[in-house]
Amino acid sequence: MTATRTIVFSPDQLAEVRRLQGLYPDKRGALLPVLHMAQDAFDYVSLEVQEYVAGLFDMAPSHVHEVVTFYTLYFQQPKGRHVVAVCHNLSCYLAGSREILAHVKQRLGIGVGETTDDGRVTLQSVECLCACEAAPMMQVDDRYELNLTPEKVDRILGELR
Amino acid sequence: MAEIVLMRNFGRQDSHTLAGYRATGGYTAWEKAKGMEPAAITEEVKKSNLRGLGGAGFPTGMKWSFVPKTHTGPVYLVINADEGEPGTFKDRYLLERDPHALIEGMLITARAIRSAKGFVYIRGEYVQPWRIFSGAVKDAYDAGLLGNGFDIVVHRGAGAYICGEETGLLSSLEGKKGWPKIKPPFPAIKGAFGEPTVVNNVETIACVPPIINRGADWFAGLGTKTQGGTRMYSVSGRVTKPGVYEDSCAVTLRQLIHDHAGGVSHTGKLKAVVPGGGSAAILTADEIDVAMDVDGLKAKGSMIGSAGVVVMDESVSIPEALLVLARFYAHESCGQCTPCRESTGWIYKMVHRIVDGHGRKDDLDTILDVAKRGGGTTICAFYDGAIGPYISYIEKFRGEFEALCRS
Repeated sequence: MTATRTIVFSPDQLAEVRRLQGLYPDKRGALLPVLHMAQDAFDYVSLEVQEYVAGLFDMAPSHVHEVVTFYTLYFQQPKGRHVVAVCHNLSCYLAGSREILAHVKQRLGIGVGETTDDGRVTLQSVECLCACEAAPMMQVDDRYELNLTPEKVDRILGELR
Repeated sequence: MAEIVLMRNFGRQDSHTLAGYRATGGYTAWEKAKGMEPAAITEEVKKSNLRGLGGAGFPTGMKWSFVPKTHTGPVYLVINADEGEPGTFKDRYLLERDPHALIEGMLITARAIRSAKGFVYIRGEYVQPWRIFSGAVKDAYDAGLLGNGFDIVVHRGAGAYICGEETGLLSSLEGKKGWPKIKPPFPAIKGAFGEPTVVNNVETIACVPPIINRGADWFAGLGTKTQGGTRMYSVSGRVTKPGVYEDSCAVTLRQLIHDHAGGVSHTGKLKAVVPGGGSAAILTADEIDVAMDVDGLKAKGSMIGSAGVVVMDESVSIPEALLVLARFYAHESCGQCTPCRESTGWIYKMVHRIVDGHGRKDDLDTILDVAKRGGGTTICAFYDGAIGPYISYIEKFRGEFEALCRS
């Protein structure tokens, strides 16, 4: 993770921000989508990123901060190259998610909310992702990984670089 | 078993494409609706007895009719695709396998409520459904179905269960934290961006094209006296064949568990069932001969909610299951109203203490007391949903909790 990085969108990204803002009766409607963009571009939504995004919306940084801290998908700290989110809600619990989570922790050598030393994986334990028919399950970055077994978890984790 | 209406195209490889949708009669309802007066569309939906399938079960046509006729500014149609109720996964299937059914339903609904703009709010974790649905919207624009008087904006959420509550969703759509708003004014009067807004669930709107094509009487006849149609039941937990099953609103919980989901797994002996998503009061094994419609479950002191059925066999610990849900409510309370913010946190701690073997028997009465006092005191229905499990799990399985407590 590099320590310094210029927090500025490219001209193309700025055009996309303007396009998104134009989709809503009040441009503030585009705040969540633009924060998703910012996280993709800058890895996480630091205070500096929040201040930059606030400028794009003519908002006070505190109002952007209030939004960022409300939602679970915005990271305010550096995260791993991959995010593994194990569901721990009811149907997954009934299908053995506790054992799956324990297995993931042990394989990665980290706890929930932590990132491996090599910056490869951040581990989360999350509420219902609504794939209960295929419990236990977890989300790995953009994908749902379903019907987990310890062996399947090993294979999935092993493929993360 | 009832006719399959909503999942009729799921078996096709190309069900998510415009060509595949058209091949099975897609967009013919929209052609028909274009020749109907807006009020006639609303009237047809009222007559069909379609009720909201996201959780509240409100009559859909009536909701539409609340939009002021004299309003001259914009009217918005907002689709709630923020599926998050524990045990529910039907909207994910619709977004991925029949996205055009939602788009066609939106076109017809927009005509009924005179809306030129719709927003589809998809939960942030649903990346694949978001991609597939966005692709379908693009194809609908290319085909001229959208962009000629009605536009759709696909909006991604960012992780918050409360945004499935309709006014929390509107706050989030406006770029704010997802705090629910005090009603009245209801969204139909003052909703998204301060304008009249109809908020409907994905599955609800997917019912609209078949209603227009085949008529209100046909649709009403599929269900019960007070709720028309079929719906998609998400069945999970301790069953042999978990999955999403479509059947009449008149189907019983027993039929869903045994005829559709292959019966109880593990010990094979049923202990309890959550009939309508995590927030529904739990039913015992001898309460499953109940019609799975809004009124049938209300009569049993529970609710159909989002029709997420979670089955628990004899080997499941009810206190541990409640602990899982209590953690969920403590985590997802938005923090706006004191009774909800404080009670969800404290009840989670108390259930935790009981499950850990450090509870006292009077803890159970304290939880029940706190839960019952908080009902109806908050801005939205989140806490009313939380107390459903708190009260029913403890009252119906008190012995299991007491066995874990010190005297």
